[in-house]
Amino acid sequence: MTVPNGTERGSGTDDAAPQEELSISDAIHEVEALEHEYRPPAAGTLTGVLTAAAIVLLGVAALIGSSSLGIGSASEPGPGTWPMIISIVLVVLGAVLLLYARRNTDAEKFSRGSWLVLAGLASMVGFVLVIEVIGFEIPAVLLCFVWLKFLGRESWRMSVITSLAVVAGFYLVFVAALSVPIPHLF
Amino acid sequence: MDITPVLDGFGVVMQPTNLLYCLIGVVVGMLIGVLPGLGPAATIAILLPVTFGIEPVTAIIMLAGIFYGAQYGGTITSVLLRLPGEASSVVTVFDGHALARQGKAGTALGVAAIGSFIGGTVSIIALSVVAPLVASFALDFGPPEYTALALLGILLVSTVSSGHRLKAIIAACVGLLLATVGRDGFTSAERFTFDNLSLADGIDFVPIAMGLFGLGEILYNLEERHRAAQTPATIANVWPSRKDLRQSSGAIGRGSVLGFFLGILPGGGATMSSLVAYAVEKRRAKDPSRFGKGAIEGVAAPETANNAAATSSFIPLLTLGIPANATMAVIFGALLIQGVSPGPQLVSEEPELFWGVVNSMYLGNILLLIMSIPLVGLFVRILRVRATILAPITVLITLIGVYTVNNDVFDIVLVIVFGALGYLMKKLGFDPGPLVLAFVLGSLLEESLRRSLLIFDGDATGFFTRPISGTLLVAFVLVAVLPGVRALLRRRSESRTKEQV
Repeated sequence: MTVPNGTERGSGTDDAAPQEELSISDAIHEVEALEHEYRPPAAGTLTGVLTAAAIVLLGVAALIGSSSLGIGSASEPGPGTWPMIISIVLVVLGAVLLLYARRNTDAEKFSRGSWLVLAGLASMVGFVLVIEVIGFEIPAVLLCFVWLKFLGRESWRMSVITSLAVVAGFYLVFVAALSVPIPHLF
Repeated sequence: MDITPVLDGFGVVMQPTNLLYCLIGVVVGMLIGVLPGLGPAATIAILLPVTFGIEPVTAIIMLAGIFYGAQYGGTITSVLLRLPGEASSVVTVFDGHALARQGKAGTALGVAAIGSFIGGTVSIIALSVVAPLVASFALDFGPPEYTALALLGILLVSTVSSGHRLKAIIAACVGLLLATVGRDGFTSAERFTFDNLSLADGIDFVPIAMGLFGLGEILYNLEERHRAAQTPATIANVWPSRKDLRQSSGAIGRGSVLGFFLGILPGGGATMSSLVAYAVEKRRAKDPSRFGKGAIEGVAAPETANNAAATSSFIPLLTLGIPANATMAVIFGALLIQGVSPGPQLVSEEPELFWGVVNSMYLGNILLLIMSIPLVGLFVRILRVRATILAPITVLITLIGVYTVNNDVFDIVLVIVFGALGYLMKKLGFDPGPLVLAFVLGSLLEESLRRSLLIFDGDATGFFTRPISGTLLVAFVLVAVLPGVRALLRRRSESRTKEQV
């Protein structure tokens, strides 16, 4: 059974029924594939190489860090013993992943939609930068509005009304009812 | 078996607050089950700050309700929209949606609800018998046994997790590494803190779980991978006929048993048991070709099994202190935050907590049965709420919620960092589940490993001379090595057939 693509499924009712000879883990992957029918195309070799390299780098950095902590010995393990063991495993596994970098089919290509994610992250970073200065209300309204209008493509009216209503609700619950000491303006 | 604590547990459940939170839990579970996008692990993670203000029993009753409630709710979208709300309801799509197309959506939902109820209830009864036995067996586990158990648990969860096996194990290693940040418990040396005061006590579980599961999933869903859900027609008759019930009774029985046993296994859980139950029914059927075209057994079996498994996956958590899947890892974290360390002593030392949580599941299942048969129309209407509106609300709940834990802006920064990491991991094919699980078990694993080494005076062969830790470690090696060997054999046989050609 091949990995499903849009043309193959959706027409018959008997598609995607697990076949007898599938092992459990294969079947789980089938199910995952069905769940992500609309996922973007797989990422290429470059992404695979970069991912594996990042893991090896992380492992090496942790290895250096743990060796400076004092490795100890088997009978008297030091603070660096355990992190060192994991770092070595991480470096080895990262190297193995590098060998498989060309078969990086379960990673997704970054698409135009990925910019939306970056924008979403940026809105959260903005929120955390100003919350201690001007309180949570204004940044929360802005964050909500950005997500509704630009990331969710809702109408102007809908976005404005919903953001104001949501933040008013948050204010009532967190500040008025629960008196959580979150920085607030009003 | 002493029955008094079991009965006392019912007393705990009947306290008004606990009744209320049980209801809240199952309603929330049902809702997130219906709404595609956020899974139970993400929801429980996002609600972690809420649990701070309430009693441990009450908190876990609510979180457990979310978990098994999601198994009920996930069915609805699978059947009506061919859009599984939860991974464990994916196989229900095959026959459930076929039935819906034949105008029998009500039958499918009704049988699924009854199957879920029976599966869940059978599993609670079995849990009440098995869990104390497992716990008493595990009472004399020492550090070496815990080392082996934690290693095997992490490996098993990584092996059967979704996505790439190697990547899942790498994620688990990163989780173990993150768990070492902060002060070392033995020597109080500061590790990987970069002189940051906020990191000196280690990274909190809450921002990790909320970021990786909650924000990560929301960001991942921003890239529009779900079809817009069309509002389905109203459901006419949810009461299955006697004929449908008779036809699915065998499937429900087998699904309960299968689900219970597969749920106990680390890494098993609801998704795998629903798959296996479906496959078993298909193989047993006189006419397997009916499956995929609207066989009622194809709905009954997986839905029963996923509920039975959701319940029984509490066994390893509550008796050994080893979470069997990602959601259990979050509940483990919730228990630790409440100052309760799950393990074999839990049944005897905190009987109220143990039996309160277990017995609340009877009530939860009854509530869910009511919600899925007479009230199913209400939940179908929820499908009209657009994901684009829920996303910013969830983000704000996460950002403000994580702040309330320590009243520290640094936690908001952490949750955003882990949200970005969670998104990247999902995008690149790494399952965040093993990372969170390994993080939660990390300090236990390190501590028991170091204690064992002290006991054995540095001689690592000591692990293999103790029967239980030895067996567990042999199993660990087998699970770790077998897939590689099998791949090698397959490649060799492939090349041989090529030569012959």
